[in-house]
Amino acid sequence: MTKLPEHRDETLGGYIVHGVPFPVETDPDALAFLKRMAPLQIEYPYQVTYLHSYGQDSPWFAGAANKHLLATQDPQSGYTYGTPRGHDMFSGAETRWIDITDRPAKVHAFTVCHFGSEEFLPETPFVLALIEFEDVNTLFLTRLMGVDPLAATLDWIGMPVAPRFLRNSKLKPTDVYFIPAKC
Amino acid sequence: MRPVYAVSGGVSKFAKARPDKTFQAIIKEAYDYAVTDLGLDFATFTRLVDGSVASYFSDHFARQLMAGIMAHDYLGLCPKPSHRVEGGGATGGICLQEAWKAIASGTMDICLAYGFETMSHVETWKGNEFIALASDISWDYPVGGFYSGYYAMMVTRHMKEFGTTVEQMASVSVKNHMNAYYNPYAQKRNRYTIADVRAAPMVAWPMTRLDICVMSDGAAATILASEEGLKRLEKAGAKVARPLVRMTGLGRGTDAMRLSDRPHLDYETFLRDYATEQEKASNETKAYYKKLWDHGTRYPGVHSFRAGRTAGNMAYKHAGVHDPLKEIDFVELHDAYTSSEIQTYEDMGLCRYGEGGPFAASGKAFMPGIDYGLKLPEKPECPVNPSGGLIACGHPVGATGLMQAVFAIWQLQSTIGKHFGDPTLQVKDAKRGAIHSHAGTGTYVSVSILEREG
Repeated sequence: MTKLPEHRDETLGGYIVHGVPFPVETDPDALAFLKRMAPLQIEYPYQVTYLHSYGQDSPWFAGAANKHLLATQDPQSGYTYGTPRGHDMFSGAETRWIDITDRPAKVHAFTVCHFGSEEFLPETPFVLALIEFEDVNTLFLTRLMGVDPLAATLDWIGMPVAPRFLRNSKLKPTDVYFIPAKC
Repeated sequence: MRPVYAVSGGVSKFAKARPDKTFQAIIKEAYDYAVTDLGLDFATFTRLVDGSVASYFSDHFARQLMAGIMAHDYLGLCPKPSHRVEGGGATGGICLQEAWKAIASGTMDICLAYGFETMSHVETWKGNEFIALASDISWDYPVGGFYSGYYAMMVTRHMKEFGTTVEQMASVSVKNHMNAYYNPYAQKRNRYTIADVRAAPMVAWPMTRLDICVMSDGAAATILASEEGLKRLEKAGAKVARPLVRMTGLGRGTDAMRLSDRPHLDYETFLRDYATEQEKASNETKAYYKKLWDHGTRYPGVHSFRAGRTAGNMAYKHAGVHDPLKEIDFVELHDAYTSSEIQTYEDMGLCRYGEGGPFAASGKAFMPGIDYGLKLPEKPECPVNPSGGLIACGHPVGATGLMQAVFAIWQLQSTIGKHFGDPTLQVKDAKRGAIHSHAGTGTYVSVSILEREG
């Protein structure tokens, strides 16, 4: 039998209270009683709009908006970053851009998020995956589509995948996602 | 460097929410306990202490910048020197080590290291969002920023490469919750079975809610002293427990913030730069690792924490530990996830890479004399998280590493019975303990060794 929930989901929020209980007279007994008072808690909304710059990584997002998956590469060693870095971690040299849109790729690791951070809760369950590319030294974090999140299996690791791009770019790393590659 | 002694500690009750007090007053609970346990009063100790180091992770949770000085002020420590450290989940461990530096360098003779977090000020899923901001906000967070998801990816790789099972992970949860049953400071004191762990709501496949620690409000404080500091404390009437507890080994390591950037090193590099002293000395272990590499294992990839291995190796060298499983009597390690406890067994050299799963279910990391309801094939050898760890005690981030230090001090003073009101979790004749504090996806890790003198 399915286990039924025993708790109601709770959220913040409620009524605005006018008038807080407090002794009418502040005699010593009344003031001493204040030590037994339950704490007052107030809500404090906090919203900020940041102007975030992708800096030297910006071309990657322009590439994804135009259906190209870019990576960066140390010009001397050829060490290649699936998630771009502006400078190589070994030589310190500035990296160059390369196009890996058509590179063979496969799932390196994955999970199915049944819960998540508040921003992503409406999208659960979703599949997060780290992708490895042929002749690329580091991985790329992405969403994996085209698999059943309720039928997760370790067999997904090693599965060939291919990139797909949003038609309308949001200029986020999720402009690209991956699906099982057609054999 | 001068010898540094850990003389006292205190922990507030960890709870889902502590709206009854502000963060300063919660810290004072832990501070007062540590001071009282020394046999001193607030005014006397406050006069003697030379300064403090503050530990808290997120300015977002408290929505308060410079919270450290507000706590230092509330404790009556102004104008003595103080600073705040921040290093994600390892903040508490780093704080302890910064206090050690203050004493070892001669800057201070008596130093307070305290930490807190008040995570209940936002709802759980907003809290998860705050924590996920400790991942690259250009590349990782927007894809579905969720730390449980990041750790679940690591463990699917660990399972695929090494055959680790969800039941082995669940045995960690059973152990730590059962240990916490005897720890009055713990947030969750429940007896679970492996079936319970697996039947709990799935959070990030394959990890359920009982594979994952909870958010908490809480604080912890420790007091460190030099030999000169000990004299000052005792001259003022302090009853410092004998034998003394000394911090003998410190190590720290780091790794790339983005999991995707972690290198995949070859066998020779692993052996040269990361193998433990014991692994390097064993031809059988070298052959074992060669076989793993021949089958495609690379290091650290996303299945292992080279920051943890680096910190462990550094601390062992400092303390003169050659065989951690045999030479350390207990470990309090950062089990934010059952999977990360298994990964950390391997990083800290309690077993070899790839053998963390069987080690978890073997019984070697369990406490003797406790009925866990499990069939354990081997006897306890080095109890891990005898306190219940983060999974059961809770994880008020800035306090956690210091909570581990306090429990380690009490273990080495043989005073668990006194502080817990129950001696069940006292590791018999504990002489040397290790505490392990871990941040991010393994980005900062600290390991500290504490030893009972004599």
